[in-house]
Amino acid sequence: MSGGIEIPVRVVEIEQATATVKRFRFAPVSGEPLPPFSSGAHVVVLMPAADRTIRNAYSLIDRAEDGSSYRIGVLRTPQSRGGSAFMHEQVTVGTELKITMPVNLFPLVHAGRKHLLIAGGIGITPIFAMAEELRRTDASYEIHYAMRNTSSGAFVDELRARHGDKLKLYRDDFQETLAVDAILPNQPLGAHLYVCGPAGMIEAILEGGREAGWPEENLHSERFQAPPTGEPFSVRLAKAGIACEVRGDQSLLEALEQAGVDAPFLCRGGACGQCEAAVIEADGELVHNDHYLTEADRASGAKIMLCVSRLKGRELVLDL
Amino acid sequence: MLAATIKSRPIYEGLRLDGRAKRHLVAAEGEGALAVLDMLAGEDAALARATLLYAPGGSAGQEHGAKLAALRPDGFHPLPTQPTLLNRLEVILQTATMGTRIYVAGTEGFIGKVVALAQAHGVDPQSVRTEHRGSLARRVQCVHCKGMTENVTASPFVCSHCGLNLFVRDHYSRRLGAFQGVCVDAEVPGEIPPAEELFR
Repeated sequence: MSGGIEIPVRVVEIEQATATVKRFRFAPVSGEPLPPFSSGAHVVVLMPAADRTIRNAYSLIDRAEDGSSYRIGVLRTPQSRGGSAFMHEQVTVGTELKITMPVNLFPLVHAGRKHLLIAGGIGITPIFAMAEELRRTDASYEIHYAMRNTSSGAFVDELRARHGDKLKLYRDDFQETLAVDAILPNQPLGAHLYVCGPAGMIEAILEGGREAGWPEENLHSERFQAPPTGEPFSVRLAKAGIACEVRGDQSLLEALEQAGVDAPFLCRGGACGQCEAAVIEADGELVHNDHYLTEADRASGAKIMLCVSRLKGRELVLDL
Repeated sequence: MLAATIKSRPIYEGLRLDGRAKRHLVAAEGEGALAVLDMLAGEDAALARATLLYAPGGSAGQEHGAKLAALRPDGFHPLPTQPTLLNRLEVILQTATMGTRIYVAGTEGFIGKVVALAQAHGVDPQSVRTEHRGSLARRVQCVHCKGMTENVTASPFVCSHCGLNLFVRDHYSRRLGAFQGVCVDAEVPGEIPPAEELFR
């Protein structure tokens, strides 16, 4: 199976953490313990909507020590393509869903001497897990957490209890700004920075790190991007002899899945590289929305990431 | 440029100034000084933020040290030997901060030791900029007695510790900064291929 092993789970607890964030606790339907994961990992949740299966990646907040549950946090996005709306409106305690095995594309670098964890809004979910692992291993770390206002900081109380003054908050409503140039000077050699949050924030933090002379090897980020919408187009799989239409509100990967194709994927957010496909023909411009392919890959026009990228044109022919 | 033969064989991409670094920490040995001169000559802004450590090694008498001193970097530490240079580097690394870019140039054994030392201070080996200059001589660990032999130029060679005849592999240990030497006549003692001068 292209997405790996699927684990049936039941929702056992839902917490309205803020006006826009719900936290869900999943328990395994089988009763077998859920697998341990390294902090920074995510799962893809499969949601049985009326007309299709929605698959969204969510970072894991934590796992009960006995493996009896996982927690995820879901932000209700105003421009939801169905996933966050489904989780917020359709899912109740007792709902059964499937999740994939945890995958970690945002791991801690354990050789690091110090770890700066930076989160914006819902980006706290992987950071929460990472901070917990660093606390348990008695590592050196700081948490910098930016949010709109204190009431939107779903995780503040739990973080404060666990991490004390290692947690620094930046609240828009208090005119507190997370300035990367205030955090980065005088950090010891071997420090690593991890950032998760809105795209603009991630870019600003990473650019601040580069500007401070930090090597790329010490800068880490994760962003799950919803597949951007666009114009509809056709896709044809040369080897499989399958053709289908990609709707404007649908990703290429979703269209292939709807057509019954077992296409490869892991993160579904343009990060991991698993769904890379070779382009044979494209009678238009490839719109690359991933952050995996290199500039050279893009210039070649020979590769596309199925999960987030599309064609601005009529027909795309893939070597699948 | 040395070609990669197997995966662990390091590739040295050459010194290249990191314009955004807040501090340049440069270690050179022997002819590695020439790579440093190539990188830093005329770069006054970088020199004002540069600390240079230099051990002349096999290039003593060629005045490379005087040329490095003439660059007038912010800090210049001429040191008599590799071990004294590594001691000084260790002291600097203990209090170094992020934004420091580490560079190393010289023989492979020296590069390996500096990268391993930086790694022990939490620096990713990938972020150390390296350039191989001078002899191709290898630092080799005997996999049998674990003794290190410096400046190995031929294979097979006789282990300087246990006396076994060792074939020099391309298998490289980043932790040790050394290639692996394996007994060449274990099955038929005394049957030793002729030594070839491979690493001059």
